[in-house]
Amino acid sequence: MSRTMDRSPGSVSRIGSLVVRFAGDSGDGMQVTGDRFTAASALFGNDLATFPSFPAEIRAPAGTLAGVSAFQVHIADHDILTPGDAPTVLVAMNPAALRANLSDVVTGGSIIVNSDAFDERSVAKAGYGADPLSDGSLAAFRVYEVPMTTLTVEACKPVGAKPRDAERSKNFFALGLVSWLYHHPLDSTIEFVERRYAAHADVVQANTLALRAGWNFGETTEVFESSYEVPPSTLEPGTYTNVSGNTALAWGLIAGAHQAGLSLFLGSYPITPASDILHELAKQKHFGIRTLQAEDEIAGVGAALGASYGGALGVTTTSGPGIDLKSETVGLAVSLELPLVIVDVQRGGPSTGLPTKTEQGDLLHAMYGRHGEAPVPIIAASTPSHCFEAAIEAVRIAVTYRTPVYLLTDGYLANGAEPWRIPDVETLPRIDPEFQTEANHTAPDGTSEFLPYLRDPETLARPWAVPGTPGLEHRIGGIEKHELTGDVSYDPGNHSRMVHIRADRVARISRSIPPVAVDDPGAADGRPARLLVLGWGSTYGAITAAVRRSRANGLDVAQAHLVHLNPFPENLREVLARYEAVLVPETNLGQLVKLVRAAYLVDAVALSKVEGRPFLVGEVESAIAERIGSLRAAKETRA
Amino acid sequence: MTTTDTTDTAAGADGAPGATTSRKDWTSDQEVRWCPGCGDYSILAAVQFLLPDLGVSRENTVFVSGIGCAARFPYYMSTYGMHSIHGRAPAIATGLAVSRPDLDIWVVSGDGDALSIGGNHLIHALRRNVDITILMFNNQIYGLTKGQYSPTSEHGKVTKSTPFGSIDTPFNPLSVAIGAEASFVARTHDMDRKHMMATLRRAHDHKGAAFVEILQNCNVFNDGAFEAITGKGSRESMLVPLAHGEPIRFGPDGSKGVVLDPDASLRVVDVADVGIDALLVHDEKRSDPSLAYMLSRLARGPFEPTPIGVFRAIERPHYAQLVDEQIAAVRERKGSGDLAALLRSGTTWTVG
Ligand code: SF4
Repeated sequence: MSRTMDRSPGSVSRIGSLVVRFAGDSGDGMQVTGDRFTAASALFGNDLATFPSFPAEIRAPAGTLAGVSAFQVHIADHDILTPGDAPTVLVAMNPAALRANLSDVVTGGSIIVNSDAFDERSVAKAGYGADPLSDGSLAAFRVYEVPMTTLTVEACKPVGAKPRDAERSKNFFALGLVSWLYHHPLDSTIEFVERRYAAHADVVQANTLALRAGWNFGETTEVFESSYEVPPSTLEPGTYTNVSGNTALAWGLIAGAHQAGLSLFLGSYPITPASDILHELAKQKHFGIRTLQAEDEIAGVGAALGASYGGALGVTTTSGPGIDLKSETVGLAVSLELPLVIVDVQRGGPSTGLPTKTEQGDLLHAMYGRHGEAPVPIIAASTPSHCFEAAIEAVRIAVTYRTPVYLLTDGYLANGAEPWRIPDVETLPRIDPEFQTEANHTAPDGTSEFLPYLRDPETLARPWAVPGTPGLEHRIGGIEKHELTGDVSYDPGNHSRMVHIRADRVARISRSIPPVAVDDPGAADGRPARLLVLGWGSTYGAITAAVRRSRANGLDVAQAHLVHLNPFPENLREVLARYEAVLVPETNLGQLVKLVRAAYLVDAVALSKVEGRPFLVGEVESAIAERIGSLRAAKETRA
Repeated sequence: MTTTDTTDTAAGADGAPGATTSRKDWTSDQEVRWCPGCGDYSILAAVQFLLPDLGVSRENTVFVSGIGCAARFPYYMSTYGMHSIHGRAPAIATGLAVSRPDLDIWVVSGDGDALSIGGNHLIHALRRNVDITILMFNNQIYGLTKGQYSPTSEHGKVTKSTPFGSIDTPFNPLSVAIGAEASFVARTHDMDRKHMMATLRRAHDHKGAAFVEILQNCNVFNDGAFEAITGKGSRESMLVPLAHGEPIRFGPDGSKGVVLDPDASLRVVDVADVGIDALLVHDEKRSDPSLAYMLSRLARGPFEPTPIGVFRAIERPHYAQLVDEQIAAVRERKGSGDLAALLRSGTTWTVG
């Protein structure tokens, strides 16, 4: 069989971008469908961003709203930053998928439904009083009813598949149809099917037949007036791959350990949405990585700290309640002054909260969530691919300063994906662990001795002397230690000095981090904006897109995005002082805004969203317009 | 009242001819701060006497502890050491052992640390067979927090937190360890340095997780808890020494013994009544743990004849060994990791 599909010349429209959402039951294979559509777009050269969304339950009752799983992908012929506010095309495999997603679809958008799934029972199960396909409620959309189940079963007949089995390939029918509609070649998907289901020849055949049948349906019927093409984007030259945040983070940890010449140890307990980092690292054993699926969250971080004590790079990964459980050990790491990376893939809280939904709710926990004065540096990744760099930076700080480091991402970054220009390994920063191998001090009697808490004068880091090093045997622990010998000390003056030294050590990290960059196009010609939008973490895409749109609408607005949350970059005070107003969008109730207000006495204002979903570009854009409006109004009143 | 021995002389038969270090070399400069008369002193002495004789080096030896009186132990050793947090020592030691299989790692813990707050870490370190030697000082009380009942305190125990008597059923530490798939399980006590040294030597030499319960007197909060079995006068008739391949006998002139009844229970008998051939022969290498488990429950508490020595010592691969073998096997198949190739392992495309 030929892999390339013929298509008739027909009518083709070129469009700049497209937002498609595939929605169905969690057992319908919507994630794989979205993923394949994304892969084909990437290969075609589109820029893209994705947003998968799935229920917390593995198999919520079929046909219910609770069981709907969706995958949104935004593809474009230009540089884009978010998976799109609203889908222009919704593929709904059943009534529940339609009902759960309809309110997001742009007015006039296209809805492609599997009409076979709209029987009376399913319609009722989704909570509809009447069949939405016939009651006129979809009048504002272009609706395409396609009997996908029937056509899939029919297409699979030649291979003798039983209807119940054949039905399961209907997601590939949908993918074939959408691929035709948007001019995506099928070859990469067919190759994928052959690889993925290699052990089951019948599944390969059924999925391939369904995929082709979907394509042919678009080609031969005249249901669709036109097909569309999103031309390739003009990306910077280089070799690209599509990465999710969790994969990029795992690779960043491997790279960080590699650059430091350390062996990587991961102690972790499975938890959504962080588990994929454990999975990815467990796959890469040939890098010498040791992964331990621990008995609990506490043991995960404990084992990581034990590994660091032995001279490895200890890492633990978690989310939500897992972070609470690790706090005690993070405090111990503060006291022991050993490298440790704690990855927190934030999700909605409190408690179990929203396991599969995103939230930036843990910044203040990372900052303050330990008893006593226990400062910990914090890094946050901004985009899925930035997780790679952020992980290397977390490793650098942990190793250089002998400290636990919080690396924050969230559910949106973890599962979202984007094209990433693969960096040249040679250009990655080098990290020197500088293990201590000999005595570091001369005692008053002239003998040389080892003082485990004698510090580097620049970084205030203490020596990392690992077991196995002759002559440097020493004892460390969670009890307050003498500032040089590390011996147990309850002396008030010593405790005071140690508390200050630990704080100073973290504060000094700011000397080694770049200043925060400010994007303010007018500033160069002496017309700086009056409003600064300050963000951190996964809001980067939505904020940047909103800032671009605001400027396109004639508004002057500046933008800065923080990667280092503790300590802040040294120039942040001066940057904040330059602007009349500071807006801080966060998917929490205002955590960064509290930190900057406390640190710099600026009247920064929060823009909060706590729906378990990322910001829409439009939401940030309106807030910007509103702030600028009130600045203008205030000026006029004064004038 | 317990007597302690902190003198600097090596214990007779265990003295090390030709050893290049002595107890002093393994002793740190820190002042020992346990209560005078505490059983911990004699355990420390036994370990410090034993180490020079094990053919190990100070720099490769690590003591890891949690919280409690026993957990101060690492400060008194001139080796590497970490006094960590309550209950977590087995977890921390697991990470250390997995990434540094070359080290000799000891975990020092108490009944509260190991069986209460750290129970989960203990059982998982045992089932994984992490190559560590776990010393659990059992004094059946919380000492550091000044006298609350512990998970090994007897039912009815009156303490500050149980003024009307404990209503908890206590753990039997050896039963827990055996139930957790431990490959080495032993018991010794603080009144007999020779037995301690012999038992700890076996534990140290075992590859994999070795669990040793050390009956330890807390003379301040639970004085005499084991006096009825470890006291000089009662020892002979109340402690049942286990020796691999030997019939289980104890008492003056070996007059008592242990038999396995047809109803699958153990019973203490007069050897004169049943004959030596009827006695149960101890087999520490039995892969089935049932007999070791039954022996761990021969006494219902420290007032009945109590077995001491090695209950179970079976060979199975230790955890770090399995981890390393797996890495080697994957490397064999895929070659050593190549970072540049990893970053290109997904679908890639080139622009420009
Ligand atoms: S409280 Fe008991 S166990 Fe603790 S040091 Fe004192 S005597 Fe020993």
